[in-house]
Amino acid sequence: MLSRSAEDLYWMSRYVERAENAARTLDVSYRMSRLPSATGGEELHWRPAIEIGPDTTYFEKTYGEPSEANVIKYMALDLDNPSSILSCLKAARENARAERTAVTSEMWEALNATWLEIAGLNAAKLERWGYRSFFDWIKERSHLFRGVTFGTLPRGDAFHFLRLGTFLERADNTARILDVKYHVLLPEGEEVGGVVDYYQWGALLRSVSAFRAYRAAYRDAIRPWRVAELLILRPDMPRSLRNCFDEMIQTLEALAGAVPRDCHRLAVEIHASLRFAQIDRIVRAGLHEFLDDFVEKNNELGLQVQRDFMMAAPVEA
Amino acid sequence: MTSPAGGVRSPYGRFSRLLDDLPLKRLKTKQNEADEFFRKQGITFLTYGEDGSDERLIPFDPIPRILSAGEWETLQKGCIQRVAALNMFLRDIYHDHEIVKAGIVPEDMVFGNEAYRPEMREVDLPRGVYAHIAGVDLVRISESEFYVLEDNLRTPSGVSYVLENREIMLRLFPEAFARERVAPVGNYPDLLLRNLRAVAPDVLGDPTVVVLTPGRFNSAYFEHVFLADQMGVELVEGSDLFVKNGHVYMRTTEGPVQVDVIYRRLDDEFLDPLIFRPDSALGVAGLLSVVRSGGVTLANAIGTGVADDKAIYTFVPDIIRFYLGEEPILSNVPTYRLDKADELKYALEHLGELVFKEVHGSGGYGMLVGPAASKAEREAYKARIEANPAAFIAQPTLALSTCPTLVKHGIAPRHVDLRPFVLSGEETTVIPGGLTRVALTEGSLVVNSSQGGGTKDTWVLES
Repeated sequence: MLSRSAEDLYWMSRYVERAENAARTLDVSYRMSRLPSATGGEELHWRPAIEIGPDTTYFEKTYGEPSEANVIKYMALDLDNPSSILSCLKAARENARAERTAVTSEMWEALNATWLEIAGLNAAKLERWGYRSFFDWIKERSHLFRGVTFGTLPRGDAFHFLRLGTFLERADNTARILDVKYHVLLPEGEEVGGVVDYYQWGALLRSVSAFRAYRAAYRDAIRPWRVAELLILRPDMPRSLRNCFDEMIQTLEALAGAVPRDCHRLAVEIHASLRFAQIDRIVRAGLHEFLDDFVEKNNELGLQVQRDFMMAAPVEA
Repeated sequence: MTSPAGGVRSPYGRFSRLLDDLPLKRLKTKQNEADEFFRKQGITFLTYGEDGSDERLIPFDPIPRILSAGEWETLQKGCIQRVAALNMFLRDIYHDHEIVKAGIVPEDMVFGNEAYRPEMREVDLPRGVYAHIAGVDLVRISESEFYVLEDNLRTPSGVSYVLENREIMLRLFPEAFARERVAPVGNYPDLLLRNLRAVAPDVLGDPTVVVLTPGRFNSAYFEHVFLADQMGVELVEGSDLFVKNGHVYMRTTEGPVQVDVIYRRLDDEFLDPLIFRPDSALGVAGLLSVVRSGGVTLANAIGTGVADDKAIYTFVPDIIRFYLGEEPILSNVPTYRLDKADELKYALEHLGELVFKEVHGSGGYGMLVGPAASKAEREAYKARIEANPAAFIAQPTLALSTCPTLVKHGIAPRHVDLRPFVLSGEETTVIPGGLTRVALTEGSLVVNSSQGGGTKDTWVLES
């Protein structure tokens, strides 16, 4: 397949996943800020939402102190923020338009209809829509796109590059959301591993659709280190780092062809570090350090995927 | 549709009876169904904008234009003859210049033409084909006579509408297709691919064919996608290709893959920034050098524009006689060349009766339709002609044929033209029918989609 097509498809699914994750992040902040035990004011709940992103300078310059209104505006609506929900869904639709021969008409229609619905959305209209129902709708559109892809697209290269984008982006997001929230959720002086606010942890689990899964897996009160285990190491959790890498390894094997690729080697390394890890060791050595390191390696993998598949030939005359 | 005697001409007989039994409301519903189909498929003419309301549908008329087998036979032969001669003309003017030496076409009209590409001199193309895809615009002026309006030999578009219009007609009027034998058009992509493969440079194994598009912002992008998809080949942009060691390669996830034939939907000037426009990022640096050394075939070839120029047009009957020794089957519209003093004088005296066109213009822009123009418009145009007469031609206003068309209050006659698509490579062929364009405004003669024209399905009945 053309390198440009592979790149368009890979980013198409990354953008859709990123929009979904932005909606999830905003949703969890929104839920937490409205819980009975919420302390520390607006900023405590909304600052982490922007800190999940790679860079906060643009936000600080444009918006100042984080508040509910301006964080939602920045992450959902701001077209100057390339990671906002609107920016992502616009870009995904652009990519689909460019790849009309590679995607099915159902996939195109799903992305096209989504964009047509939100093009021109502003803060006032969003408020009338209702934040929670908007976040839910974004998640649904992302589910729809993935489902339609799964149900209509042949299992060829296009499918594999789409899957790769989805899980790379998802792994990045799960690691970041866990890292940021984990620290927010630990009250001053309490050790990692103690019992903390049930509602707050519940909100975090719900934001990654893992609340019931936690109950089913542990049948126990919510404990931070178990939440970490669930989202990092459990192979049966669709949004866990481990599962994302199970999927990526499968996909990279399907794409392998005759040439050994550096991205494959890198993915296998990261996969092994998840497969054979234990949560108590991770926590003892420092969860933040672990997640930080993971985000960096995952990012490196993303770049290597692009180097291996999408820059096949030297740019020269 | 009607004969001089006033009755329904025979090819329309069956469909006309079908229309008689169909209430107008049902016909309008069918038209809406067609629009819905086109919008969903994204069969649109693109004008790009922010809010998504950027894609215009070309109006589709559900009443087909119908030609008998006999009528088509003549048109087909005439188109093939014309394109065959023009390909020989192109080969000649880039090689031995015999037609110029014989004094049939003036030297400066060929070599001084801005579409002439000296870079293509002495370059031998596979099978001597320059215009692999041609669109010959025809109008009918009487029961028995068709005129050629222009030969489009660069990157003629519209064939996707021929195929999609048929597709929608099969859905809307299945009963009509059951009653008559309409010649199929659906094999166009197969024929195109076969012809493109036939002009590949000598390669081992199957030649790789691609469609080169200027990109998603191009107005005909849908057609580029459509053709690549239907042929099962890659749709590439300039940045997907690169030149190395005398070959063209495309960047793929499996590494570089050699490309043998490029069906390009990009104008000459944008193909190679090293030779033509250095500011264009749409082309491929070094492409021309590979064309010249025979490492890749472009369809159409670089420099075909010289043969579909409106000044060369007037010589096409002579071109046919010169190369083929045959009389032209299709006539030209009588044309006044305004670089000749006597013809200029006549034309300016009859400004109100003639149609004026720019020699290098296209798409219906820059025209003056004398009878429809105001006095002020005529005077302004006259000033332009006098400033540079050689840049214009004039033709009589033709009594174009009409075809029944669905309009607001019923069915009414509207003027039509016809663009059959002629393919050359393995052999020269035409798919039966072509694109019928219709001027939707009453009395209008302008059929261009950029100026409010619509399209119809074109039926060629099998005998």
